[in-house]
Amino acid sequence: MSLAAPDTSPAETTRPILRERGQREVFCGLTSIVWLHRKIQDAFFLVVGSRTCAHLIQSAAGVMVFAEPRFATAIMEERDLAGLADANDELDRIVTQLLARRPDIKLLFLVGSCPSEVIKLDLHKAAERLSAAHFPRTRVLNYSGSGIETTFTQGEDACLAALAAAAPRDDANNLLIVGALPDVVEDQFARLFAEIGIARTDFFPARRADALPPIGPSTRFLLAQPFLTDTTRALEARGAKRIRAPFPFGAEGATAWFQAAADAWSIPEMEFRRAIAPHRARAKRALESHRQALEGRSIFFFPDSQLEPSLARFLSQELGMRPIEVGTPYLNQTLLAEELAQLPADCVLSEGQDVELQLDRCRAAKPDIAVCGLGLANPLEAEGITTKWAIELVFSPIHGFDQAGDLAGLFSRPLRRRAALKV
Amino acid sequence: MQLSVWTYEGPPHVGAMRIATGMRGVHLVLHAPQGDTYADLLFTMIERRNARPPVTFTTFQARDLGGDTAQLFSDAVRDAYARFQPEALLVCASCTGELIQDNPSGLAHALGLPAPVIALDLPSYQKKENWGAAETFYQLVRAFAPKTDAPRTPKPPGARFSCNILGPTALGFRHRDDVAEVCKILAALDIDVNVVAPLGASPADLARLPDADCSIVLYPEIAETAARYLERTHGQKIIRTMPIGQQATADFIAELAALAGIDPANRSFGDARLPWWSRSVDSNYLTGKRVFIFGDGGHAIAAARIARDELGFEVVGLGSYSRELARDVRACAEALGLTALITDDYLEVEAAIADLQPELVLGTQMERHIAKRLGIACAVISAPAHVQDYPARYAPQMGFEGANVIFDTWVHPLVMGLEEHLLAMFRDDFEFHDGAGPSHLAATPAPQPVPAAAPAAGDIAWSADAEKELSKIPFFVRGKARRNTERFAVERGLSVIHIETLYDAKSHFAR
Repeated sequence: MSLAAPDTSPAETTRPILRERGQREVFCGLTSIVWLHRKIQDAFFLVVGSRTCAHLIQSAAGVMVFAEPRFATAIMEERDLAGLADANDELDRIVTQLLARRPDIKLLFLVGSCPSEVIKLDLHKAAERLSAAHFPRTRVLNYSGSGIETTFTQGEDACLAALAAAAPRDDANNLLIVGALPDVVEDQFARLFAEIGIARTDFFPARRADALPPIGPSTRFLLAQPFLTDTTRALEARGAKRIRAPFPFGAEGATAWFQAAADAWSIPEMEFRRAIAPHRARAKRALESHRQALEGRSIFFFPDSQLEPSLARFLSQELGMRPIEVGTPYLNQTLLAEELAQLPADCVLSEGQDVELQLDRCRAAKPDIAVCGLGLANPLEAEGITTKWAIELVFSPIHGFDQAGDLAGLFSRPLRRRAALKV
Repeated sequence: MQLSVWTYEGPPHVGAMRIATGMRGVHLVLHAPQGDTYADLLFTMIERRNARPPVTFTTFQARDLGGDTAQLFSDAVRDAYARFQPEALLVCASCTGELIQDNPSGLAHALGLPAPVIALDLPSYQKKENWGAAETFYQLVRAFAPKTDAPRTPKPPGARFSCNILGPTALGFRHRDDVAEVCKILAALDIDVNVVAPLGASPADLARLPDADCSIVLYPEIAETAARYLERTHGQKIIRTMPIGQQATADFIAELAALAGIDPANRSFGDARLPWWSRSVDSNYLTGKRVFIFGDGGHAIAAARIARDELGFEVVGLGSYSRELARDVRACAEALGLTALITDDYLEVEAAIADLQPELVLGTQMERHIAKRLGIACAVISAPAHVQDYPARYAPQMGFEGANVIFDTWVHPLVMGLEEHLLAMFRDDFEFHDGAGPSHLAATPAPQPVPAAAPAAGDIAWSADAEKELSKIPFFVRGKARRNTERFAVERGLSVIHIETLYDAKSHFAR
């Protein structure tokens, strides 16, 4: 992954960044299928990979709970690799079988994996071929969610970058909110943007594949998620303009985020304040009840979703927590410029991972709470370190004013629990 | 290519992880891309292990592929040895690691580490998890209990008969409790347990395997290869009866006692309650209930016998995803007048269940999905299982206590006997009707429209949009949200609840 196209945003952070290479205890991009397939209700995700890929998706995040998933894996076998079977013929057969079983599918993603990338199976060409065969009933797109190219949320980034190509190019002068959000948050945001006075707000991805919003030169977009590097590039390539903002976590983050859109639409300051004030007050009040549990507490982030710098900003700025180390799998300094500028000077910012060395640092720092992946959480708890599973931060509504208290609660609950338990 | 919605088994290197994680003193280095570390959470989350699996992943990325992934692997092995100081190192490649052909075996041996290195060849595109576990265990046993030409030291006269218990692993379905239960049986027979492996064993323990008189294969999918090796090289007889169910446990005891030359009479093997629970009149209604059974080979075969002979069910379908045990499962099905379903295709199993419309499904987590979709009662009898099937309580499947546990577990999902009658008598009763789930399972959703909630205290009305907003709140907290919002509105003298009221209340009660 590379940085977005050159931008005239604030200069790169002057803060030192600890970059390590060793074992990376992170998910690959395929994992984001778990929420994407729930978000886009008529899309299906077909991973072209190995049994490991299939096993990953069903194991990650305990998703064995879905009885009716809209994802599957085309598992490559010995004969596919040995060239005995033409992989493309096999893929066509499987897609036909799948679409016959699920005629409700309007959009099919062929998702590349480590093995499909290593053997250089051209899924872009396959998607074009299959789209030609099945369009207009079903559109077929492709992206890579492989671990050699993507980490966890970068899977959503790659998916949305591919999806952008399918959006209509109409000139709509719309505000585009980019990044998969829970439906309840989307609805709140739509109401608030209307109150602020922005005539047309669209969301990307849309809930249905046949309702994609227009993306063109008069589109201005606001990222709702910080991990959308490639999507940003794809939208900018269509002429859409990014509105710079921090991310809408907490009362301050959300205020600045909405303000950035209001400014882009030249909404008078008074009008903006009038619309936002009750929401902001509500968020502040909700946060207040968590302050006592969190203020002055130290926190250590292992890399997971790229949300880490934004969350660290929220927790330190709005709740008085002390971030010790903020790890992220990949640091996009352009998209995160506004957040990085507000991080306390004394916290370590780290990119990439050597999990053993990072665990050593975490044990030495004895944080009040460590934010980490599912593979590390119980082992750290057993060592006496309170943890917050990072994946809940991706699976819960945490954006915006009315979720600010819930977001704080995700961090205060493990601390309250530890204090409550006498066993 | 094979279209797979759910997979019953993981790739073979996950089998290797189950062996390494179950053991003490070994460390596995996997040449695998970034993301394959997901497998750690199988152990730390699903099984709630309190330590990371002893596994290091190289987690190579695209940029490494242009460079030197072999060096990356060598460094990972060297660092892992330095940090963890294992008694033995296992090395292998995952599916993508296999494609880049770096030769983990040669690289690891070239490091000249002061510990034995066992290289595993696990063909990811041909084999699966259980095969990988069996192969890993076999390679370890072969390495630490090699064939010797030295004659076996004769046992001193009066020495007790001893055996090895082979097969339990990390992430096994009830392996922890099965081992405890089988050990109790052996103690009751005055038979010594020489080594339990791989679960809890170290490489040094594996070196003691030849000391035992026989092998007990608890789980054939995992232990058969190693047990055959020990039979071949060390002359150890194999006990293959899985003591799952009342009769199988009795058979197991008889077989073992005969081999050891011990009289099993007048010994206590625990309280066998299944026979009476099954004979008591309350169980009458279980007679002829149609059950569908699917799981790994060993558990599926054991379940079929219990279902027919010990609970009085009618087995209408039997199958397994274990190709290694296909022959045994087929024979068992044939004896029941059935044709076995041997497949690892979830969709095929789903079609079979939908077609047979059983009253109870005994399967894996995957059949639980199918049963949920079809509205059929289900109990889990085999891996793969989810977190709720790794219980805190003692819940073996083996031995007489295991049979007690099985009776309870299989009967629990069913509607109770008398309740069945009520359902039949009052088709449109508000409580006992067609769509109602078993009354003791509150979580079973009734497919009836949920009646409107009781009117709120006072004269409070919900606006349509607020009601709609409320419906977006997850059902398990929706009731609380409704109550809190109404209380909030009453306290403020509001007569109508709007969306804003809902969120004002949410923020008011936030804690």
